[in-house]
Amino acid sequence: MSKSYREGILVKPYERLNQDQVKWLHEASLSILADPGIWCYNERAAKLFKAHGAKIWEEESGSPCWRVRFPAGLIKQAVAKAPARVVLGARNPENRLLLDAEVPRVYFGSGSEANIWIETEMEDFVSVRQGDVTVRVPRFTELRGNTALLSRAARLCDTLEHLDFFIRPLNIQDPEITPENHDVNKFFASLNNTAKHVQAGLTKVESLKGVVRMAELIAGGSQALRENPVISFIACVFKSPLQIVDDTAEKVFAIVEAGLPLVISSSPQGGSSAPIQEAGMVAQINAEILAGITLTQLIREGAPVLYGSVPVRARLDDLHDLYGCPEFNQYNIDCVQLARCYKIPCYSTAGVGDAKVPGMQAAFEKLFTHLYMTMSGAQYIHYAFGLLDRTNSFCPVQAVLDNEQIGKIKHCLRQPKVGPSVVEDMLKTVKKVMSSSYRLYARHVRKAMHAGDVSRPYRFEAKGLEDKVLEKALDYMAKLEAGQAPCLDPSTVDQIFKETPGLLPGLRQSAKQDK
Amino acid sequence: MEKQEVLEKIAFNVIQGRVEAEDEGFDEGLEGRPAVTELTEEALTQGVEPKAIVSEGLTKAMDVVGEKFEEEEYLIPDMLASAECVGAAMDILIPHLLKAGVESKGKFIISTVAGDLHDIGKNIVAIMLKGGGYEVIDLGADVPTERIVEAVRQHQAAFLGLSALLTTTMRVMGEVIEKLKEEGLRNNVKVLIGGAPTSSEFAKEIGADSYCRDAFEAIDVLKTMAA
Repeated sequence: MSKSYREGILVKPYERLNQDQVKWLHEASLSILADPGIWCYNERAAKLFKAHGAKIWEEESGSPCWRVRFPAGLIKQAVAKAPARVVLGARNPENRLLLDAEVPRVYFGSGSEANIWIETEMEDFVSVRQGDVTVRVPRFTELRGNTALLSRAARLCDTLEHLDFFIRPLNIQDPEITPENHDVNKFFASLNNTAKHVQAGLTKVESLKGVVRMAELIAGGSQALRENPVISFIACVFKSPLQIVDDTAEKVFAIVEAGLPLVISSSPQGGSSAPIQEAGMVAQINAEILAGITLTQLIREGAPVLYGSVPVRARLDDLHDLYGCPEFNQYNIDCVQLARCYKIPCYSTAGVGDAKVPGMQAAFEKLFTHLYMTMSGAQYIHYAFGLLDRTNSFCPVQAVLDNEQIGKIKHCLRQPKVGPSVVEDMLKTVKKVMSSSYRLYARHVRKAMHAGDVSRPYRFEAKGLEDKVLEKALDYMAKLEAGQAPCLDPSTVDQIFKETPGLLPGLRQSAKQDK
Repeated sequence: MEKQEVLEKIAFNVIQGRVEAEDEGFDEGLEGRPAVTELTEEALTQGVEPKAIVSEGLTKAMDVVGEKFEEEEYLIPDMLASAECVGAAMDILIPHLLKAGVESKGKFIISTVAGDLHDIGKNIVAIMLKGGGYEVIDLGADVPTERIVEAVRQHQAAFLGLSALLTTTMRVMGEVIEKLKEEGLRNNVKVLIGGAPTSSEFAKEIGADSYCRDAFEAIDVLKTMAA
């Protein structure tokens, strides 16, 4: 297999914390893990921690729970065993991702598991004052997520050039979906409609075997899957503050033992399940992630794992999550710096709108975090496409707008092309233009323009005194969606359906065969 | 090189926007090869009719460039590069064309009016018009009204293009037109105006013959006037 990877964007990281501050936060996290420690609701995990030197005792509570206090050395040694480089595979090998903790190359993807799909349509309205004046206005409809819509999301995301990986952005709620067949349908709908990397959480640990088998059939066997892991998993093993969840811990055991990449993700809310102050929030989330990563490395040394930080802040009027706020960037950039310090690739977060529909508020909130988090140099930024209403809804046309925005940010943060030969060329051009009759540089733009070095105007701009962004984005999306889905070949689809109970028949689509 | 081959090469290089051998083109890897200037000289050396160079080499190529621009394959810098090629070729060809009794599409005096130093738009129009076969006399920027009027008289120009970017200087365009009237020259010259603050309404107000939004519109307007 070729060793090509998606390009992403290599940035010069913006660092918010100085080295002393990184050290203080790291030490604060170790201090939290030592005292008060964590509350572990999974016996296997608690015993594994104990076997490696943690102090544990059973807590008196309604459910079996062990208090675990970690010596600093245990955490440090385990975290040091996590690999600095993780490869995430893809059906199309050119879509593979190389996440290197020591290289600030940023990839972007979708995320969440929103219940609502927001459909957008333009409708004409007549002016009350002037009957001959009509305006086109977007109208939004909420649909419950289902397998057909998830398939559509995957197909659309496959066409978005700046989307590097696919995390199911939509929860599937078809009447036929049960906890038992949720995972296989979710993974199949994704894998059959995008040739990019597919990542998701597991609803039930019992489904892992079927999901892995499906991925093996796609990748070309057990060994091929481990070399080109077309799927990976997310485990929110911590319920903040500081509690390891029983069934998620079981999933961590199963996924690590299966030899597939895993995100150890934590998402405390500053102001409710974590301190709202930057230092407290970051010390706590870092403690949670370090304990989770420690668990993976105690299960299997060198297990491929991502440092998954999703710290958010509470609104203080209703305690809902608040994404488009300064603290979000502060928390998240700090986490990226800590992950870099531990030499573990960082799964980070950007691009969620608190707004409920696409528009100016959504654009502001998304740009605010898209830009800063890209600058941070996090290797893997999820939630970046289409999410609105604080991750409660996925809007496909918003994903198209986000793609445009991320493209512009990538261009903005490109490495500067300034070197001796470029400077020499420019000096020649200056002399040439200044000796010409019109002293106009326009003609000399062409080389850079055709090499893609000159950015284009905003794709959805209008020429007149009107805002046509959504209308134009919808037209563009229709063109993207008119293309052929990158479905699996029929024999693979047949074999998957043969071996995987519970797949919905409606998902049975395959690539058209050439005749 | 055969005559037909050199004409085709001129056309190709106009489309590529290469004035001189050292220029890059639209396509990769053309630097160092003869471009429009060198090829036009070579064509003349070979005895190719100057008129044929204009019609077979330059005009046809500009038609292709226009189509590419319409189809959004080319952007403004590509158009300007091609127009500059034609302008460079015309500089070489004009003495030969005059000898052969061939006239240009007309003399076009262009200027940014007094008090205004902005000349980018004016320069783009000048390049495009030269590429379009007009004999362009560019007076530059911040040109006193008297000098503009004198140039119209001296060159007996058919067209005068006035440019202004400032609301404070656009009024000077009206003063130029009044001066042309005073000097008895107004009926001999068509006056076209352009620049960000100007408009069709403003053109009417000051008595200009036409307002042109950009270089392309100027070419279209001139075609109408010629017809």
